[in-house]
Amino acid sequence: MARIIWDSSVGKKTVMAVSGLVMLLYLVAHMLGNLKIFFGADEFNGYAHWLRTLGEPALHYEWALWGVRVGLLAAVVLHAVSAYQLSRRDIKARPSTYVHKRLRTSYATRTMRWGGVILGLFIVWHLLDLTTLTVNENAQPGHPYENVLATFGTWYGNAIYLVAVLALGFHIRHGFWSAAQTLGVGSATRDRALKAAATALALALTVGFASVPVAVMTGWVS
Amino acid sequence: MRLTLRVWRQRHTDADGTMSTYEVDGISPDMSFLEMLDTLNEDLILRGEDPVAFDHDCREGICGACSLVINGDAHGPERTTTCQLHMRSFKDGDTIDIEPWRAAAFPVVKDLVVDRSSFDRIIQAGGYISVPTGSAPEAHATPVPKPDADFAFEHAECIGCGACVAACPNGSAMLFTSAKVNHLNVLPQGAPERETRVLDMVGQMDAEGFGGCTLAGECATACPKGIPLPSIAAMNREWLRATRHSRRG
Repeated sequence: MARIIWDSSVGKKTVMAVSGLVMLLYLVAHMLGNLKIFFGADEFNGYAHWLRTLGEPALHYEWALWGVRVGLLAAVVLHAVSAYQLSRRDIKARPSTYVHKRLRTSYATRTMRWGGVILGLFIVWHLLDLTTLTVNENAQPGHPYENVLATFGTWYGNAIYLVAVLALGFHIRHGFWSAAQTLGVGSATRDRALKAAATALALALTVGFASVPVAVMTGWVS
Repeated sequence: MRLTLRVWRQRHTDADGTMSTYEVDGISPDMSFLEMLDTLNEDLILRGEDPVAFDHDCREGICGACSLVINGDAHGPERTTTCQLHMRSFKDGDTIDIEPWRAAAFPVVKDLVVDRSSFDRIIQAGGYISVPTGSAPEAHATPVPKPDADFAFEHAECIGCGACVAACPNGSAMLFTSAKVNHLNVLPQGAPERETRVLDMVGQMDAEGFGGCTLAGECATACPKGIPLPSIAAMNREWLRATRHSRRG
């Protein structure tokens, strides 16, 4: 059955939809966790520490966190590989373009592919910045609150982050709705609600994620 | 009406094509788009030039043979087939671009004529339905709920013209295939082959080199018969169900 799914364009889209929804679920939790920054350094750092002790004593220190990381890595890889293969098929299926061009699909629809690439690059930078702290000058391990302030104390940190968060909003606006259709949830009566849910999710995530750098820039969080 | 036409001319499948410009005069707003092209072709024949090849058959909007992309729209600016489009939809002095359906699975045969036999092979892949021949069955033997009958009829309206593929940025045949799958899969007569039908038709669609669906929605906008976009979700639902129920590995 795995073979049937991976070899079919409809099946591969199912893989994209499910892996996308897994990442979306994570992002909602991640965004809500980020908002803890508004309650001060102690609460934010305490929350970051709790993520590592999650599941103890049944699990060892950081085991739950690593479980989530492995799951997310699998989701990212499956999402990207299926997106690449499906895009190649789509481009091959329309070898010559129309002389009379009309641009009618929405901005979110047209930017899914490059928006996805931008998000992929952002994830790499984001991990180097706030997980491994490789590119974050003035960062100290074990002080996530201070490290967030360090990132958003630089103009490029803010710029990269805000561009990525906007790209995320557009990606989810079309992606959530598409995933619902791919999984067969869509119908004439449900599509309006699904589109509204996609817009609401995209807006909530964009505003929620963007609120942190904006708060640091305006001095609300310091 | 006097019009400038820019028409795709391509001598054969492997030849390079270009847009050629023609002037036509004396066009009545009551002419159909195809009659306007007939006028152009009469001029071309009188001048000793090769007439423009284009597909047409019933000219009543029911056969699905006509296939022109007019100013970037499959079947032109009205939501109908090209043969039912009239010149009153254009203004005197307009320049009109006329191109063939463009998709890898629809190779150009000549000028504006494309080979749509990939659609026939998708239909063939759907196989048969288990309906006994011989005397007519008793009318009430197989009840069909009214909503199911409506759903089947809505999808049976597909005339297989290929406008969905022409309009899709990915050259995808998902709307066409979904119309054919949904039409039979919702009915009791189509139930015995429900799983194999959707798996085989989607498989053939992929094998023909059609693209995948990215939910751009262009297909449903172009469809002259109004096959709705949620049909694709309905087929995806059928496909996922079939992968769980299929007796093949």
